[in-house]
Amino acid sequence: MSKTLKTAALLGAVATAVAAHGTAASAAEKEKCYGVSLAGENDCAAGPGTTCAGTSTVDYQGNAWTMVDAGTCTEIDLPGERMGSLEPLERDVPKS
Amino acid sequence: MFDTHQTPLPALPGVGYKPQHYTALVDDPTPVGWLEIHAENYMGAGGRPIAQLRELSKRFPVSVHGVGLSIGGEARLDPDHLDRLRTLCNWLNPYSFSEHLAWSTHDSAFFNDLLPLPYTNATLARVCAHIDEVQTCLGRRMLLENPSSYLAFSDSTWDEPDFLREITRRTGCGLLLDVNNVFVSATNLGFSPRGYIDAFPLEAVGEIHLGGHDDDTDDQGAPLLIDSHGREVADPVWALLDHTLALAGPRPVLVEWDTDVPDWFVLRDEAARAADALAAIPDAQEMSVNRDSARLAR
Amino acid sequence: MTGLITEFLPALRDPAHPVPAGLHDGAGRPAGRRFNVYRNNVLVSLIEALETGFPAIRSLLGAQNFRNIARGYATENPPEGPLMIRYGQHFPDWVAAIVALAHIPYLPDVARLELALRASYHAADHTALTAEDLSAVSQDDVERTPLALAPSVHLMRSAWPVVEIRRFALDPSTAKPKGGAQEVAVIRPDFDPVAHALPAGGFAFMAALRDGQPLGQAADTATDAAPQFDLGEVLAFLLSHRALTKGTPRQ
Repeated sequence: MSKTLKTAALLGAVATAVAAHGTAASAAEKEKCYGVSLAGENDCAAGPGTTCAGTSTVDYQGNAWTMVDAGTCTEIDLPGERMGSLEPLERDVPKS
Repeated sequence: MFDTHQTPLPALPGVGYKPQHYTALVDDPTPVGWLEIHAENYMGAGGRPIAQLRELSKRFPVSVHGVGLSIGGEARLDPDHLDRLRTLCNWLNPYSFSEHLAWSTHDSAFFNDLLPLPYTNATLARVCAHIDEVQTCLGRRMLLENPSSYLAFSDSTWDEPDFLREITRRTGCGLLLDVNNVFVSATNLGFSPRGYIDAFPLEAVGEIHLGGHDDDTDDQGAPLLIDSHGREVADPVWALLDHTLALAGPRPVLVEWDTDVPDWFVLRDEAARAADALAAIPDAQEMSVNRDSARLAR
Repeated sequence: MTGLITEFLPALRDPAHPVPAGLHDGAGRPAGRRFNVYRNNVLVSLIEALETGFPAIRSLLGAQNFRNIARGYATENPPEGPLMIRYGQHFPDWVAAIVALAHIPYLPDVARLELALRASYHAADHTALTAEDLSAVSQDDVERTPLALAPSVHLMRSAWPVVEIRRFALDPSTAKPKGGAQEVAVIRPDFDPVAHALPAGGFAFMAALRDGQPLGQAADTATDAAPQFDLGEVLAFLLSHRALTKGTPRQ
């Protein structure tokens, strides 16, 4: 592509982008409120926070575990993966 | 060494801030007197947490409460973490900075809990050196919080109130008195919570904490309370707050609710109860009598 | 003396380890299960941190399976510092190494996407490039126009439709995921990161911008990677999602 043609193509693309942006409603309306998350993409993205409290939920022992058949993965069917039940397995969690 | 002329927190009820309360909090015509945040949750580079905090700090006095500095740790303080604390305190300019009499870090591993310390001269020297370092780094006086204890060390040669008094004497730091922690520790270790308060250096207290606890039992079937911050403050803890305020006079009082966090209005009602306790403090003359009788009782 | 490092710590990390002798209940009796409170606080708080950080993986596996895996991870991988907002960086690799999950091959990539969303959420703010900024570029400069990605933008490639898998995991009332490999950009217009599957060449174009290539060169890179790359379409997408910032001209 000649320099002139390339420049024209780039300018054309820029103009297209600017026009599309100017006419269509912005796909991401600016969140004016600091407190409100976009629907469905909520603050689970914030991840874990800190705590200075203890817990009375007891779960500190044992690392042998059994997979039980549960979870939304059992409903997913994609080429190349095996849909269906989680494999029952009793074993230690692998060491890193 | 450090600037002690910060504006103190108001002697009003405050709450531990939770992001899910943001909208209800800023829309509430009768909110609370001040907010406390956990330092470590505002050490990202930007985004909503920082934007919310910036906005809230325009509306409320904010206190920064650290949970991860490991002031009682045997190793040196993490210089990167100190830097992050300084950065936060520099831009936010909080009314107060507090941390815990506890440890949580060894080498590069962080144990996400406030672990207990033996109250020995060696621990005392180490904690004081770390507090000096923090106060010098931040250029401000800090408050140190009494822990919730589930066990005690045979090595300890100090009572906790005396240990904390000596820390304030050596470092000039203030104290954060968690009244629920006192009740939890007193129940778990079998001492009198009122006796603890009566022995406490109340003149150094810059802030009071309250929170809910859960009930469990130890091997002997004895009550073992867990400092869960997951429910309303228990009635005996409110009574202990009344006792504390009667001796100490008005102080900033914070309600912490960190797990199973309720609606904003439930938390605000807890803060309102703290406001009632502050309003019910006996007048100054009565207070000094109470203080004298407490002193005589010791 | 009860050493914190020599005695307390090994017992804290291993429930099978005896409780240090110098700990008591306040009345001189051995601390016993009182010590478990600390073991439990550490481990449960980390398990709950992983639940918060990887909600899609939790949904895909079910709550109890997730808890078992998280307990193993937390035991072997304590946080490397006190910022829990960063906890779980090695969790995708941990999931990938679990033989019992090998038949769900997309799990590690969904976990990587969740990490990318979290990193984006806490990333530095930016001043987005506007349509006005772009339209002000002169004909002579267009090829050399420097553009940069916002610091909250994250790119990833997956052999699986990870964006749809995550969406389905968090909301099983939506359509079941289908399709194959995806190139994904996590973009945070202001405060809420969103995962997008990119059109052909989009990934190559954004990666080129990230590497510092100016507009003309980045467009060439993208066209080389995917002949059907449509610069106008991709630029419009990036502008509307506030993914671009002004770049620094190359010397």
